[in-house]
Amino acid sequence: MTPVDPRLLRYARATAGHLAVLVAFGAATAALVITQAGLLADTIAGVIEHGTTLAALGTPLVLLAAVIAARAVIAWATEAEGHRASARVKSTLRRRLLAHVVDLGPAHLTDRRTGRLVTLATTGIDALDGYFAKYLPQLVLAVVVPAAILARVLPADPIAAITIAATLPLIPVFMILIGLATRAATRNRYDALTRLAHHFLDVVAGLPTLKVFGRATHQADTIRRITDRYRKSTLATLRIAFLSALVLELIATLSVALVAVGIGLRLVGGHLDLRTALLVLILAPEAYLPLRAVGTHYHASADGLTAAEEVFTVLDTPRPDTGRAAPPADVTDLTVDAVTVTHPDRPEPAPDAASLHLTRGHIVAVTGPSGAGKSTLLSVLLGFTPPDSGRVLVNGHDLATLDPDRWRRHVGWAAQQPYLFTGTVADNIRLGAPTAPDTDVTAAARDACLDVPLDTPVGERGTGLSAGQRRRVALARAYLRHADLLLLDEPTAGLDPDTEARVLARLRTLAAGRAVLLVSHRPAALAAADTVVDLTPALR
Amino acid sequence: MSGDIRHVLRLGRTARGRFTLAVLCGTAATGAAVALGGTSAWLIARAAQHPPVLYLMVAIVAVRAFGLSRGVFRYAERLIGHDTALRVLGRLRVTVYQRLAALAPAGLSTERSGDLTARLVTDIDSLADVWLRLLLPYTVAGLVGAGTVAFTAWLLPTAGIALAATLLTVALASPLLAGRISRHAEARIAPLRGRLATRTVDLLDATAELAAHNATTAALADYADTDRDLARAERRAATGQGLAAALATLAGGAAVWAAVTLGTPAVRHGTLTGLLFAVLVLTPLAVHEAFAALPPAAAQLPRLRGATRRVLAIMRRPDPVTDPTDPADDPTPPYHLRLRGVTAGWDRGDVLHDLDLDVPAGARIAVTGPSGSGKSTLAAVLLRFCDHTGSITLAGTELSTLTGDTVRRHIGLCAQDVHLFDTTIAENLRLARPDATDDDLHHALTRARLDEFVAGLPDGLDTFVGEHGSRLSGGQVQRLALARALLADPPVLVLDEPTEHLDEPTAAALTRDLLAATAGRTVLMLTHRRADLDAFDTVYDLRSGRLVPGVSTTPHTHRDRTFVP
Repeated sequence: MTPVDPRLLRYARATAGHLAVLVAFGAATAALVITQAGLLADTIAGVIEHGTTLAALGTPLVLLAAVIAARAVIAWATEAEGHRASARVKSTLRRRLLAHVVDLGPAHLTDRRTGRLVTLATTGIDALDGYFAKYLPQLVLAVVVPAAILARVLPADPIAAITIAATLPLIPVFMILIGLATRAATRNRYDALTRLAHHFLDVVAGLPTLKVFGRATHQADTIRRITDRYRKSTLATLRIAFLSALVLELIATLSVALVAVGIGLRLVGGHLDLRTALLVLILAPEAYLPLRAVGTHYHASADGLTAAEEVFTVLDTPRPDTGRAAPPADVTDLTVDAVTVTHPDRPEPAPDAASLHLTRGHIVAVTGPSGAGKSTLLSVLLGFTPPDSGRVLVNGHDLATLDPDRWRRHVGWAAQQPYLFTGTVADNIRLGAPTAPDTDVTAAARDACLDVPLDTPVGERGTGLSAGQRRRVALARAYLRHADLLLLDEPTAGLDPDTEARVLARLRTLAAGRAVLLVSHRPAALAAADTVVDLTPALR
Repeated sequence: MSGDIRHVLRLGRTARGRFTLAVLCGTAATGAAVALGGTSAWLIARAAQHPPVLYLMVAIVAVRAFGLSRGVFRYAERLIGHDTALRVLGRLRVTVYQRLAALAPAGLSTERSGDLTARLVTDIDSLADVWLRLLLPYTVAGLVGAGTVAFTAWLLPTAGIALAATLLTVALASPLLAGRISRHAEARIAPLRGRLATRTVDLLDATAELAAHNATTAALADYADTDRDLARAERRAATGQGLAAALATLAGGAAVWAAVTLGTPAVRHGTLTGLLFAVLVLTPLAVHEAFAALPPAAAQLPRLRGATRRVLAIMRRPDPVTDPTDPADDPTPPYHLRLRGVTAGWDRGDVLHDLDLDVPAGARIAVTGPSGSGKSTLAAVLLRFCDHTGSITLAGTELSTLTGDTVRRHIGLCAQDVHLFDTTIAENLRLARPDATDDDLHHALTRARLDEFVAGLPDGLDTFVGEHGSRLSGGQVQRLALARALLADPPVLVLDEPTEHLDEPTAAALTRDLLAATAGRTVLMLTHRRADLDAFDTVYDLRSGRLVPGVSTTPHTHRDRTFVP
């Protein structure tokens, strides 16, 4: 992991401006640190050697107060600017991430991946705050301040400057060396911690089951044993991991001590005056401080950087190639020709060489056991999943060559588990036709036999409606598209026989002007179709 | 510090000795850093008087020793501190687990969802941080700060007071200010963040729906609007973010400035030597450098306090069922289960009302009813997960006179929300009977009609089932749970909606196999399914917490749920 990921600069331009501001603040901080040390050295030397009075110190004290105030202001401005830059960068990354994911399409999104992406787009990216507000400013300080101090000390006391210049690079060198040496150990420890938390979580989640079998008490010992084993192995790793901190502290503190002793001895020998000696003494620790602080802020930034890397991995995933051709103005004829889709986690393809033919005015029902590929077939027809072999012909044109966005304007789709948005039932029906007049929405709802008022509020993920009502909202949604092709996935599942019969009767009427593909294994739905295609593998 | 956090500290009191050691090492390390600053100031000021080098030897050795010891002591502090925290963590886990075990499942009804359990586990883990990240740095800083203030006050009392004031500003006022600012900002930002999260979920979970309806562009524009609102609010809140850091910087500078201002007249009046003046002015720099770690440590307090509150709320929750102090003898066959006038329920009121039910030994009884009618409460009462009034006897012994574990040895449960542990099939089965042989396991699997599947797996019984059984299908999970219940072989077996989450054909097949597998044993089946109930001796209907016998032929009219006739 590099300190500043170049992709961060590429994907979020605000980063570059932020870096420039930070360098300016860093330079100002360095100047103030050196000025403050000079003022202090002057004052102390004056008081000790010449017995300066407080009245004579008027100007230096005012200057000192001004420097201190300025340092405080810059400390404030650095962090505030960090948060401001962070807000900008986070917003850019979030928007790019979501736009790209949506472009990658639903086939890319497994359940697990969706969960991971939601976390990434919310709390994951938020962790960048630590990176921008703490780590990056500290990193800039760690470069600017020691350099400026060396430049100031060198003319005053070359020997001290050489001591500092010789030891300073040891800090990052050792940081990297020890970081490399302990990386595997640190990862193991992190994995162990994750496993341990997972085990504990599993046990707590399964407590009712453990109690049923009288094993709950027994698990307390297991938890104790596992945690203790983890503690021992962790301490073994920490003994090495903390060595890095030890080395860093030793280098920094011992170097300061060496500088102090060195200037003390040169002072005795008369090669140095008190004022210079004090200046070097005050500046020496300030040279090491920002470098050491980088280490402490590194962990605060690691989460954010990891999240950013994940975002970049998604952004670097190329968009799928899609067709460009315009679909025919009227879709009257659809042929599915030996379409096969293989799934990475299943041995059998599903659907396996499925074929069917569908024309305007007809209803074709697709049936088969779960896992036979019924919903996948609809996904192929929607242009979400490219078939591994076989093809789909729309009025004779290969679907793969058509622009998917324009093709979908011809399709009305009701999903098996429709997603409903917060709002009203009418809002949800309007998803695919936002400008549709109320009369059309009412008609679509009536065609779908939807028995709830259109202004019924819908909660997150459709709460407030029953599963059957949600399906019928999806049905009305598909109807409102006035599309040439209707793809309906289990539209009558969960409906009582009466409602089912009414839904199917309306569908028959609607089918007059369009082609309908119906996925179902309900007898009534199959009976309503002109043709039934069975995807059961053994039947073909 | 709040009382809750003090309570947590009491939970970890066995680690007190180790913690003291960590504090001592930390104090030595930080003390060495401060002493290095003071001693080197003295060394330089003394050297300027050109004394013989011999006079400086003690100071030179001291400076080198402080420079060396700081790192070593810090190393020891870190190691011992982590050791302490991990020991406390182990103890906390066990203590909280034992409490959870006493409460589950009834007392944890609000923590049932996976997210809440996960948060609880994270909460417990973060309690160990109270020791490591809050108490340790503050104790060390307090000790070193007090020592330095005392030393400074000895040199010049007014300078001591000034130093104390600036240190308190860093340790207390700066975190307080930071806390107030971030609370204020959070109050404005959190709702926006929530709205953005909802839109994120909408976009990602409904990608297909949006794309199919050509609504993606509009949804992305909506998202961008919300995102811009959030970014704007965050930028506005940023102005307050650095104020606490600025205050700490200001306090550190003020300590040095005060030392110069107060020390100069003292040197003039002869109450302070020039040598000690250098020490007086340069020591605050070193001690403030050490205190700079406190505000970040204090920033953890709100998080730790939230975690503490949630964990303690669980620790203080009353037991849902108390075991008798002097339990009765185990019941003996025949196991006739008899309920008379049983009323029971959860926090929100009674669910079962004055219920009578007989399950004679060897009988197969079904209780049907729509969801919410009280079937799961009935199961919980029989398993002693939930207290009841009225009488429940097994072979004539009141269940309330037996310990919960004894009751559950005699009355087993195979529930809808069965939990499979993230381990092998064999381990999951042996939960029911740790000494079961592989043959026993295969026998149980055969009866649950799962043996063929398991035999076909490359790793057989040693196949891992995944988190919550994620590598198995819904039907396989239920069959594995059934096999486990059969292996436990309780005299009475309660089946609570074993087919709840399954599709219709799978549910029908499982119900048939369930009946075959449990032939000849005492079974109480709780289900909303009206199908396949012919094999039961008696079918009752549970409505609003009361049993209605003999109406099993009346079909339910539960909306949106069809029943195979």
